[in-house]
Parts: sequence; C-alpha cells; structure tokens
Amino acid sequence: MTATAETHAGPDQPVRVVLAKLGLDGHDRGLKVVARMLRDAGLEVIYLGLRQTTESVLRAVEQEDADVIGLSIHNGGHMTLAPRMVEAVRAAGMDVPVVVGGIVPEVDLGPLQEAGVFAVLGPGASAADVARTVRAAAAGRA
Amino acid sequence: MSIPDNHPPEAAEPGDEQDSLRREAQARWRAAYEATPRRDGSFETMSGVPLAGVHGDPPFPGEYPYTRGIYPSMYRSRLWTMRLFAGMGTAADTNRRFKKLLEAGSTGLSTAFDMPTLMGRDSDDPWAVGEVGRAGVAVDTIADMEDLFAGIDLGDVSTSMTINGPANIVMAMYIVTGERGGTHRSRLSGTIQNDILKEYQAQKEYIFPPRPSVRLVTDLIRFTTAEMPRWHPVSISGYHIREAGSTAAQELAFTLANGFAYVEAAMAAGLDVDDFAGRLSFFFNSHIDFFEEIGKFRAARRIWARWMRDRYGARKERSLQLRFHTQTAGVSLTAQQPEVNVARVATQALAAVLGGTQSLHTDSYDEALALPTEKAARIALRTQQVLAHETGAASVADPLGGSAFVEWMTDEMERRATEVFDHLDKLGEGSILEGVYEGIANGYFVGEIADSAYRFEREVNAGRRIIVGVNAYTEGDDGDTPILHIDEDTEGRQLHRLAEVRRRRDGAAVTDALERLAAGAADPTLNLMEPIIDCVRVETTEGEIVSTLEGVFGTYTEPAIV
Amino acid sequence: MTAEPAAPTPPDRATPAPAAASGVTELFERARDGDRRALGRLLTYAERGGARADTVAVAAWPLAGTAHVVGITGAPGVGKSTLTDCLARAAGGDGQRVAILAVDPSSPLTGGAILGDRVRMGSAADPDGPFVRSMASRGQSGGLALAAMAAVRLLDATGHNLIIVETVGIGQVEVDIARTADTTIVAVSPGWGDAVQANKAGLLEMADIFVVNKADRAGAADARRDLEYMLDLGHRAGWRPPVTLTVATEGDGADELWKHVLDHRRHVREGSDHADRRSRHAAEEIRRHLRQRVDSLVEDRSGLSGLLAEVTAGRLAPAAAARRLAGELAGAAGASDTARAPEPDSEG
Repeated sequence: MTATAETHAGPDQPVRVVLAKLGLDGHDRGLKVVARMLRDAGLEVIYLGLRQTTESVLRAVEQEDADVIGLSIHNGGHMTLAPRMVEAVRAAGMDVPVVVGGIVPEVDLGPLQEAGVFAVLGPGASAADVARTVRAAAAGRA
Repeated sequence: MSIPDNHPPEAAEPGDEQDSLRREAQARWRAAYEATPRRDGSFETMSGVPLAGVHGDPPFPGEYPYTRGIYPSMYRSRLWTMRLFAGMGTAADTNRRFKKLLEAGSTGLSTAFDMPTLMGRDSDDPWAVGEVGRAGVAVDTIADMEDLFAGIDLGDVSTSMTINGPANIVMAMYIVTGERGGTHRSRLSGTIQNDILKEYQAQKEYIFPPRPSVRLVTDLIRFTTAEMPRWHPVSISGYHIREAGSTAAQELAFTLANGFAYVEAAMAAGLDVDDFAGRLSFFFNSHIDFFEEIGKFRAARRIWARWMRDRYGARKERSLQLRFHTQTAGVSLTAQQPEVNVARVATQALAAVLGGTQSLHTDSYDEALALPTEKAARIALRTQQVLAHETGAASVADPLGGSAFVEWMTDEMERRATEVFDHLDKLGEGSILEGVYEGIANGYFVGEIADSAYRFEREVNAGRRIIVGVNAYTEGDDGDTPILHIDEDTEGRQLHRLAEVRRRRDGAAVTDALERLAAGAADPTLNLMEPIIDCVRVETTEGEIVSTLEGVFGTYTEPAIV
Repeated sequence: MTAEPAAPTPPDRATPAPAAASGVTELFERARDGDRRALGRLLTYAERGGARADTVAVAAWPLAGTAHVVGITGAPGVGKSTLTDCLARAAGGDGQRVAILAVDPSSPLTGGAILGDRVRMGSAADPDGPFVRSMASRGQSGGLALAAMAAVRLLDATGHNLIIVETVGIGQVEVDIARTADTTIVAVSPGWGDAVQANKAGLLEMADIFVVNKADRAGAADARRDLEYMLDLGHRAGWRPPVTLTVATEGDGADELWKHVLDHRRHVREGSDHADRRSRHAAEEIRRHLRQRVDSLVEDRSGLSGLLAEVTAGRLAPAAAARRLAGELAGAAGASDTARAPEPDSEG
C-alpha cells in the first residue's frame, strides 16, 4: 500500500494550508507575511483571515481538504485558542496538524506540544523555517 | 531665570534684502519666545556653555509652516508629556492603578480597554471568552465606568481613552460618569482616539462599514465642538499603520490623508474648519531609522499647515498646527535578548523628541513577550527622564534644523506623501474623503501595507537588513526574562458584575432607549450622541448599543487582500 | 523562539484517518450522503488527475447531469466573490443546494497560490451555507479546465443542484471554464474601462447575463446603457442577455439576478438546442481528455526525444517528425488501451 506511506499531498502536489486567526484580535501582519512566504515556497494557502471560529476553520479544512492548519495568535491567547483548535480537529475525527505562529513564551512551548500543537513558529522564524515546518506537518499526515 | 542667548540665529551679510527679512523673522521669533514661560532648568551644556533657544534659519519654530516646531520655545517652556498607559483586569483594578499614578503626581490618565470592549462586545459575549480584562480594562456598562473613575474628580484630570469603533458609547459613559460625580461635560478634559479610518487600513478593530462609522466620528466632533471645549474628539493615528508594516512615508501619508478626510467630513456636516481643527491631534510611531523618523515628524507639521491653510481655508493659527503624541515602535522590539530593546526604545524616543513631539510613550523592553512588568515599565519612563534632564536634547528647539541631511529627508518624506495624496485625490475625484473610502474598498491601503511588511521581512530573511539578536549577534540569549502573569479570575468577576447590572436595571427603559437609538440611526442628519447618552444612563450595555446600530448600519467584513 | 516540531509527534495516530484510508467508492458513497470531508477528498483526487481521478469520474458521470452550472467571470476587482456569495444566498433561500468552485491563478514563478475567496463569501462560514472549494490554476492550462469540469461533475453527482464556478476573466483558461457552464454571467463594474476590457477578452460574446456590480457608484447607468447598446448591435438568436444591476456587498439585486438565472435555465432546458448543447459540451470534454492523453503519450512513449536530435541537426523537418510519431502512436493505440485504463481502486 504505497498510498499510506506517501504523504497525503504527494511529492509533486502542492501542500494546502488553511491560515486563520481565531478570536477578536485584529493583528494580521504576521498572517499576511506568512501567507506570502508559503505561496512563494510553492504551497497553496487558503486564506481565511481574521475573526474565525474553530467551526469555520474546520469547515474550510473539510471542504478544501487542507493538509495543515496555521493559526496566528497574539495577545497571549495561545494557551486557550490553540488547544481548543486541536481539540476541535480531534473531536471531528480528523488528523490535520495545527501549527501556531506568534509570540509564545518559552514556558508555554512544552504545554502546547503536549496539547497536540505540531509546532510553534516564533518571531525569529525565517521563510525557510516556516515552509519547512508546514511541509513537515503535512508529511506527517496519512 | 535669565535667558542665555549668546548665539542668536546667525546674521547674514548686512544690506542684503534677505537679511532684512531674516532680521524681521528673528525679531518675531524673539518676541514670541519671550512671551512664553520658561520651565525650571539650566539651558547650558554640561560644560557650562550657554545655549540659544534656537539656531539656524527661518521660518523659526512657532512660525508657519511649523516645520521646526509649533512653539517658539518648545521644551524650554514645558517638557513633553510622559504618558503611561494603564488598563488591566476589572474597572476596580484599574481604578487602584489610576489612584496610585495620581498620588505620584500624574495629572493625565491613559486608559487601555480590553479586546471585547474595543470590538463592541460585552464580556458575556461568546467571542469574548478568554479576552476579558486581559489586554486592558473591561467596560460593559456605565457601572464599570463609574468603578473605573471612582473617587477621582474628573474636573481635575485629563483622560485619554484609546478606543475607536465604540468611541461614542465610551464617551457617553464618561460624560454620564462626570455628571453623576458633579462634573458637567463642558469641564471634562481629555482625548478619545476615535480614528476609525485607520482601523480599516491597519488595526482592523472596525465594527460598522466606513461611511456610517465616519458619521459617528463626525457626530462626536460636532458634539464636542458645541458642548465640550476641553475635549479632543479624534486622535488621528499613524501608529497602527506603521505597526501593521507600512513604511515611514506611508505612515505619514495615510495618517494625514485620514486627517484631511475627517476635516472634509466635519465641514460637510456644516462645521466651520476653525471651530474644530484646533482640537484634532495626531499619534505617530517612532521607529528605529533615526533620521527618517525625524524627517517624518517635521514633514507632517509642514504638510498639515499648508493643506489646512490652502486647501481647507483655515485661518486660526491653532488650526494649522499639528500636535502629536508619539509611541516607540512596539513592532521593533525583539523577543530575543529583550534587554537590548532598552537601547532601541531610547533611540526611538530621542527621534521623537528631536522631531518635536508633544507627548511620548516609551515601550517596555519586555513587550515582545507579554504585557510589561512593573520594572520594565519603570525603565521605560526613566528612559524619557534621561532624555529630558541629562542629554540636553530639550534645551534647543529643533536642534537638527538646517542639517543638510535632515532637511533633505524632510523634503523627501513630504514628496513621497504628496504622491499618495495625489493618488487619493484622483481616486476620490477631488475629495480625499472619497479617495480614502475607495482606497479602503479596493484594498489599496491594506495592499500597500502588506507589500511593505513583506518586503521588510524578506530583507531580514535574506540578511540584507540586520536585526541585532535576531539575524546577527544571536549568542547570549538566556531566555529567562521574567514576564507578567495575569489574574485568571478577572473574567469571572466581570461576568458576575455584568449579570448583576442586567438583573437590577429597568429592562423596559433599556428597550425604549434602544428603539429611539435605532430610529435616530436611520436618520443621517441626526447627531447620535444624545440618544447614546440616554441608552447609557439606563445601564444599556455597550454590546446592546452596538448590535442596535449594526441593525441599521450593517457589519463590516474586509475584502481579502493578502 | 522557534520550537522544532515535537520530534516524531505526527498527528494522533490512534485516531484513524477515515478519509485517507478509504477507497474512492466508499468516499463517493459518503459524499452522496452529505459527508463534506469525503467530498473534499474526492475533489482533491479529481483535481490531481491520473488514475484516481478517472475512477472518480467514472463513478460520478452516471449520476451527474441534473445540476445547473453557472459560470461567473469578470476582470479582477469587479467583486466576483461577493457576487457569487450573493447569488448563492439567493438560490439557497429558494431551496437550491449550492456548491461553489472558486478558481484563482497560481503564481507562475513558484506554483504556490493564495486563495482568498472564502473571506469574501460570508456564507462559506455558515453551517447551512454552500459547499465552497477553492482551486488554484496550478499553471497547467488544459489540466485546469479538465480538473474544474471533473470537480463540477462530482459536485453535481453528490446532490448539488446549483453549481457556481467563479473565475478571473483574464485568461483563455478561465474563459474556457466559463464557456462550459450552462449559464455564463459576466460581471463588470461602473466605468467604460471594464466594458472595453470585457469586450477585448471576448467575454461579451459568451455572456448569458450581464451584471453591473457596485451599482451604487457613479457610472452604473452608463455602463448598463453601453452594454445594452452593444447588444442592440447584435446578439445570439433567441436570447438577449439581460443587463442587471447589483450592489453585492449589500445583497442588492441578488434576487433579480437569481430570477435571470432561472429564466435562462428555463430557456436552455426548453430550448430546441438543449440536447445539442449538452452533446457539444460532452464532445468538448472528450476532446480535452483526448488531447491530454495524446500529450502524455507523446511525452511518455513516443520517440520524440530520439527524433529531436535529427530535427535540430536539420536532417528531418518538424512536420515530417510529427508524421512519423503519429504513425507510431496509432500503431500503439490498441495496446495502450488496456495498459492505460483506469487502475482499479487500489487503496480500498
């Protein structure tokens, strides 16, 4: 069964990633920069932008058959919003990894990974880091 | 105190016609200078060399077009205001912080609201979960506003409130709080940000679509012009445009364009430009590219003066003078080696002072990690005090004026901004206001800002632009900066408070007030301030007022421009 | 601050990944029962082409054919996504089960894309709203049109009776996609410029309905008049495209637009050329598949690379080389039929 061993997206197929911000926070500079970085690395970005809910993100992931969810979080909301997204994905019986971008204090990194967040990209992450991490997340998916 | 004046503005060759003009300018400046008060302080170098109040060429500070400053004596009369921003948890928590600041001699209070309040959502709204009282204070009803200012005489303080979409509602709450404490609205003094246009362009804390939102801004300008002579109804803000990733020139251009747009809207509503323009103020970012920032501040004053006089026909001097608050660039702070941010903040603060700011907020070095700790906030304030009292930067007005580089940079900033004004003027077919609406609708502003942000990011990525501690000199990040942790119980206490208000208030009176508000909103000629004040009096929540207005105005969603 | 991915912490393996592990047939059954995730995955297969796409197409074809397909196109900035959303709401309110396919260009340099149409479609986030799928052009012109057709067929076969395909009307591919719709809506915004551009792109000839969007702006009446004037000069027999005004951001004009779509649907279905039109579309689709198949045969198994040296050396004319290759392919065609048939569903 080669199909399960290969990544879902396959070597020649563009990885599809849904990018969103949950909650009220309107800081979308980082999200927009990341969207462009991923496009320029050859990924397909389904851009949802601001003020999404876990439900609207899930709905997009289902319909768009996305490989990865990218959440941008500021305002210190990462400890509530990111685990809530992971939970929602699991509750829906899905296996789509969640990558978080934003400022996350060192002490919260461990708990976030325990909560099931695939990776956290901080403000120092380069375009290459971002693309590599999202691809790695997609590759881990059956 | 005597006025040391051993180096008057240089004299040119005698007999020259220019020389006589120059001497006239010097005389005018000197008369104006001497008419202003002097603060305590010695205006000489640390080696004892006495300093003149100004050097270089006319037009001097205090003279049209105010490139060199709006006052002839600048910081010799009064230092800039050193502002501290407070707001956290419940209203009662912030009230305790306010009182501490007042006891320490502060006369200005600056209020930060939490995200639900800024977005017009009540604390018990599903969207508010996890955000209540976190990045500022939660205000749902007049009861919270009364808690916020309990025991403070509103006739004695100047209050700055950073809020935009629901500005009219918060203003109404402040007015009613004053009334109940015995201070009539005409005696209230302060500033409300109330700059909705930059929300569509950058900060994204919008509620209604642009046109009804600008009507609300105009309503507040009209209302304060008639009834609150000590209130500044709009603080036109470039800060957030810059934080969203714009260049300095874009910050300058978009902000001033928004200012022109409000002027046009208020004039279209029947106000005389000189009746309100003097109470408009600005809020700029001070980023790390030192001379570019200084050029930006100087150009801002010159452009504003010219446009107000020539395009909008303002006559009063005050209408032509651009006053501004500055905050150092939060986005320039790094999470890596955060102590290094103290140096960044100091440099940016110095640019603001050399650029002639009226007030200044310095960021705390740990803000890239979390809300500032008390120690970090103190260092930020101390940085301003070092600039004010140790460096001599406050002794001479516009000390860099006449520098070939700084003058060129000022001209260059103006030239770039003018290109943007031309574009907007064309988009709006002769109206900057219409041009700004169109630029919001077609994604011009967000697109330009996103392009600049991405360009910057790529430069950093490619190593063409060095950020110390991020892409160079990265060793030495020990990562153990202490950060502030917030009381998690705030939300529970606020929800309890709100439930109590909802239980005790007169429900019929609320419904009634909201119905009258909806009727008023449907009539664009009506000023909505009084109907909103009526709502606030009967303890209508902010969220209820916002939903009622959304019912008439609609809700804005932005076109996706990535 | 960059945390490396938690060593080997791929997503929870304990939870089976139902969509991925299932075969096309099972996915198809689930999609027909309204499983959005299954449909999402099948659309991915259809989009990628190859054997799995053929299996999907074979399953979908007998069940497709009942939906009405509306193409919406127009220059960038006329508000197509908002208009699409607007029409989807009106149709949904009228009891239609709506699906939207939003096609956007990929970056020609990197192959990546930013697909932002969902943001402008408020109904995309609505639990009872339409099924919305974004598709990037992926730089393969023929392939895109085929992928879009396959996706439409699949949406049709899974119970959607109104399918809206939104494309940016600037390239031939987009025009091709729009052309295969039952009803093609061409959107313009006020101002002559757009109408002229639309004319240049050949959009005017293919329109069944014109929409002047952003009709609250100056120039809307002029744009309508100009379009009517062009229609006065000539239009297809039997159907004069209506010109309708909308303010999509406010939902104004949506019901009228939907009414025009219904009128045109009736016209198409009751028209004498209905069967003809269907067979034209089918023929077009067969030709596209054929061209794609020939292209890949030429790449994979013809002696093209072998002949190239002779052609570049001037010993053989390109036309002669083509003739020789065509002969070889014709000879191989019978054998390749079995070799290239859709593979059985291998992951079931």
